Amino acid sequence: MITITIDGKKLQVAPGTSVLAAALDAGIDIPRLCYHKHLLPTGHCRLCVVDVVGFHEPQPACTLAAKDGLVVSTRNEELYKRRKMIIDMLLSDHPMNCTVCDKSGACSLQKYAYDFGMKETTLNFECAREGFKQDDNPFLLRDHQYCILCGRCTRVCDEVVGADAIEFSGRGFESHIATPFNEAMSESACVFCGSCVQVCPTAALMPKVRLGRGREWEFPRIDSVCGYCGVGCRVQYALKPGVEGGMPNGHREIVYAQGYKDAAVNDEFLCTKGRYGWDFASNKERLTRPLVRKDLAKQLGLSDEDWAPDEASPLQTKGAEKNFIPVAWDKALEIITDKLVETIEQNGPDSVAGLASARCTNEDNYVFQKVMRAAIGTNNVDHCARLCHASTVAGLAQAFGSGAMTNGIKEVRDADCVFITGSNTSEAHPVIGYEVVRAVKQGASLVVVDPRRVPITEHARLHLQPTPGTDIFVFMAMMHVILREDWIDKSFISKRTEGFDEFKASVSELTPEIAAEKSGVAAADIELAARLYALGERRSGVSKYGDDRGRSTILYSMGITQRSNGTNLVMTLANLAMMAGHLGKRSSGVNPLRGQSNVQGACDLGALPNVFPGYQKVADEDARAKVAKVWKVPSLPDQAGLTVVEQMRAVEAGDVKALLIMGENPMMSDPNINHVEKALRSAAFVVVSEIFLSETAQLAHVVLPAASSLEKDGTFTNTERRVQKLNKVLHAPGESREDYLVYAELGRRICKRLKKTGINWNFASTAAVMNEISAAAPQYGGISHERLGPEGLTWPCPTADHPGTPILHTEKFTRGKGKFYAGEPSLPAELTDAEYPFVLTTGRMLYHYHTGTMTRRSHPLSWKEPKGYVEINEADAERLGLTEDKPVVIESRRGRIRTRARIGERVAEGVVFVPFHYREAAANLLTQDEALDPVAKIPELKVCAVRVENPAAKSAKTAS
Amino acid sequence: MSVAIENRAELSKELAAFVEEWRNKPGNLIMVLHKIQEEYGYVPEPVAREVARRLRVPEAQVFGVLTFYNFFNLEPPGKHRIAVCMGTACYLKGGGSILEDLSEYLNVPINGVTADKQFSLQAVRCIGCCGLAPAVLIDGEVVGKLTKEKMRETLKKYRENTQEALVTSQAL
Repeated sequence: MITITIDGKKLQVAPGTSVLAAALDAGIDIPRLCYHKHLLPTGHCRLCVVDVVGFHEPQPACTLAAKDGLVVSTRNEELYKRRKMIIDMLLSDHPMNCTVCDKSGACSLQKYAYDFGMKETTLNFECAREGFKQDDNPFLLRDHQYCILCGRCTRVCDEVVGADAIEFSGRGFESHIATPFNEAMSESACVFCGSCVQVCPTAALMPKVRLGRGREWEFPRIDSVCGYCGVGCRVQYALKPGVEGGMPNGHREIVYAQGYKDAAVNDEFLCTKGRYGWDFASNKERLTRPLVRKDLAKQLGLSDEDWAPDEASPLQTKGAEKNFIPVAWDKALEIITDKLVETIEQNGPDSVAGLASARCTNEDNYVFQKVMRAAIGTNNVDHCARLCHASTVAGLAQAFGSGAMTNGIKEVRDADCVFITGSNTSEAHPVIGYEVVRAVKQGASLVVVDPRRVPITEHARLHLQPTPGTDIFVFMAMMHVILREDWIDKSFISKRTEGFDEFKASVSELTPEIAAEKSGVAAADIELAARLYALGERRSGVSKYGDDRGRSTILYSMGITQRSNGTNLVMTLANLAMMAGHLGKRSSGVNPLRGQSNVQGACDLGALPNVFPGYQKVADEDARAKVAKVWKVPSLPDQAGLTVVEQMRAVEAGDVKALLIMGENPMMSDPNINHVEKALRSAAFVVVSEIFLSETAQLAHVVLPAASSLEKDGTFTNTERRVQKLNKVLHAPGESREDYLVYAELGRRICKRLKKTGINWNFASTAAVMNEISAAAPQYGGISHERLGPEGLTWPCPTADHPGTPILHTEKFTRGKGKFYAGEPSLPAELTDAEYPFVLTTGRMLYHYHTGTMTRRSHPLSWKEPKGYVEINEADAERLGLTEDKPVVIESRRGRIRTRARIGERVAEGVVFVPFHYREAAANLLTQDEALDPVAKIPELKVCAVRVENPAAKSAKTAS
Repeated sequence: MSVAIENRAELSKELAAFVEEWRNKPGNLIMVLHKIQEEYGYVPEPVAREVARRLRVPEAQVFGVLTFYNFFNLEPPGKHRIAVCMGTACYLKGGGSILEDLSEYLNVPINGVTADKQFSLQAVRCIGCCGLAPAVLIDGEVVGKLTKEKMRETLKKYRENTQEALVTSQAL
């Protein structure tokens, strides 16, 4: 620490801190416009100039690094004059529209004009800069005349987002912020994350939805957690003022969303889905009343009385009236209870199965699995984590004892080498992508192993592009090289791990040359990747940590896990990290990026067939006894239940008669949808809780209208194990309800009928559910809603005074010693052949999320990407005579889809990629559900064989 | 997001080799843009985009550099290029008024191209012919000790040459 003096105040600061940051931290306010806490300082605006002893001229405080003994004064007449002149000059070129400006009240220029007492400019320049408005998209409006050229937008786009869509253009009076060749934003590299809008100090960049909707100080604001991916960004929603209370049932409306300032996960940045994708909640198609399928209604003799529409909540579901009739909640729950009890009595509890949801809160999932286990008496409960990170949970549990991200999200920015594989980070976890970009901009090496040229590869020092399914050879060869070159961390291996010698033998034969032959990646690249990762070698700059070797961190996702050898692959990555000692430290670990807002929490709270809340095995007698005591039940089922894919098979086989599905959409998300559809249609009784009449809900007998995450209290656990509090932003539409209330009520009714007494279903609030969770799940032992501030808490948090655990395995692994696993490399289950010569890989894209239920009902997001497509290499496209955006037919052994060609270099030759968000071209009609990972039972969604046809060529042939 | 093939410019062998040579060197962008302008007489948009891709420099940054320096033209230059020297000597001897007069006479903005694409007009820094001030470069040739009248007279020649050439080519 060094000492500096600002305005007579002695301050202790870290070396390298800027004078401005030091002053602001000490509560000394210095005027500033171009400075932004989360961006590099540039000294552009000169507003923060201060007098420094030893300097003749005032210095910008933002770019001046604090040195020991520096004496600074921030306020005097001369500085005041200089600053006022700057504001004067800016005002001379700025429309004085404050009375009608949407930014009024939040505009920094307006604030300083007020502070300096300037009604208008004293300079009589003619406004030389020509204003222009760029209004070419539904996300944001660029109005150049309000721009003060502070450069915050270009910096955030470059330093944080990494999109580099905008830059200063021209010079002097002609300077303005431009896209390349002034192209439309939608044509540019812009990813519409709106980070530029967030940091813009004036009205130059504004969210479109906000315009004309009110003044800044009028909006009530509520912060909550984004309901999309597993990053768990904190979002602040501005609500329409003065509506609630003025409407019959109370009414809330979001005006716009922005990043919550200084959020624990996302600083204040968001991606396009978080910032603009919340309008699904008010979509007219939301389910507002419980529905019963007509055939069942007729069978039950339901009369008009039971479903007389309620004036206040008219049935809004388009097309639903065709197949369903609305009923009262009581009736719907009565039907469900009757059917379930009947099924249990006739066929036993295991004839019922349930799918919980990675999109519902911890409290919802906890209550749901409690219903399955305590009320119904089965372990047949699973959720879509099976389809994403089941192999992580299995693989990392074997290697480390705990299957979650070992490190925090914000540690990525300080890593020396970031190793990403099987993760389209900038599209599927955009805000973690920002972390990677920040690391790279500070000089870290980025190594990407991915069959696709995903956007993050733009920042990579090295991109290895193996043929899909062959990456295991690359990883094993990397380990071979690390051993050969003796880059291993001997002390870590001997002190912290076991099984190394056995493992060593397993990679001794696998040279980079062999891997090159199998994967198509050059041997030299494999060797370089091994070196960069093992030694944590930077591209430039100095490591933050000053260890003898740099710190490397692995980020991976579904490209690794959705594989028939997923568990093996996960353990391979664990081996890689352990041999180089890249674990248990800041910025150094193995980090599975979880896909959905609460997939971590759903797993934590026992929405898995083999574990109770807190990963306590159902087969473990002590665990059963402990949980039974908390739930006040005499016994609990001891056999692991059925997984997602097994449930569908069991339904088809007639072993499972009734399905409870809470907010999942297997008709889109599961492999081989035709198979899923067959199963669901053959099920005797299906209940679906949903916010829309999803593809799955359409096949249900009873549909329960659910509250979305914007309408819920409770908690989500993000991918870095951070438990964060949700706050109810909107009121749930119509009669839709929070899931925990619905399932608690269902549990109560079932227990009453089955004469199970003493089980608690009386939860007054989500906080009460969390109190029971903390009794049942050891990792959540110290977590309660009262403790969760805006920062949340990371588990394990065993006791009420425990501060949480951001980094796992620091002293020892959860299982004691880290376990090396000697695995055999294997190829995907379905390989290409003459009939199906292309490899199909599936995944997400930036603007849509999962099965598209929400994003495709969001106006800006669906405007940007309205239609499904297939990515195909330009060489393949040329050979097949395909044209950009024209129809293509893709066919696998299981199904066929018709979609549009997107031709380019993203995929290599012989590979095609289809995003799985589009029901009209559903990727999962093609994927296969036969080859499951033997341990995790995850299907191989990432690789299957297909053929690609050009319908135009076919019809031309037919015509001739 | 993906690059459609038709948007991509083919680079000449020489230019491609030059880009390759400068790929990892500091300050490469300016050098490459110079080279492009030398080859095409201006910087065509598709070529700039392709170079951005090859150098792994954001297109926005390339555009920023191109618009920051007056030297770079984003549009094809006129048939004859007039560069009016604004160096100290020429400026003092009336280079500024020569420039203004040319702009008016040819009806072209400074750094623009005439509607008939015959002349492009630029203001440049010292061309090293201070003894001939005020001086102008026309297609690389120095015309010195200029007055407004002499300038207009000189241009006539270029115009006539052009028209002659036109007539000849039509006759052929």
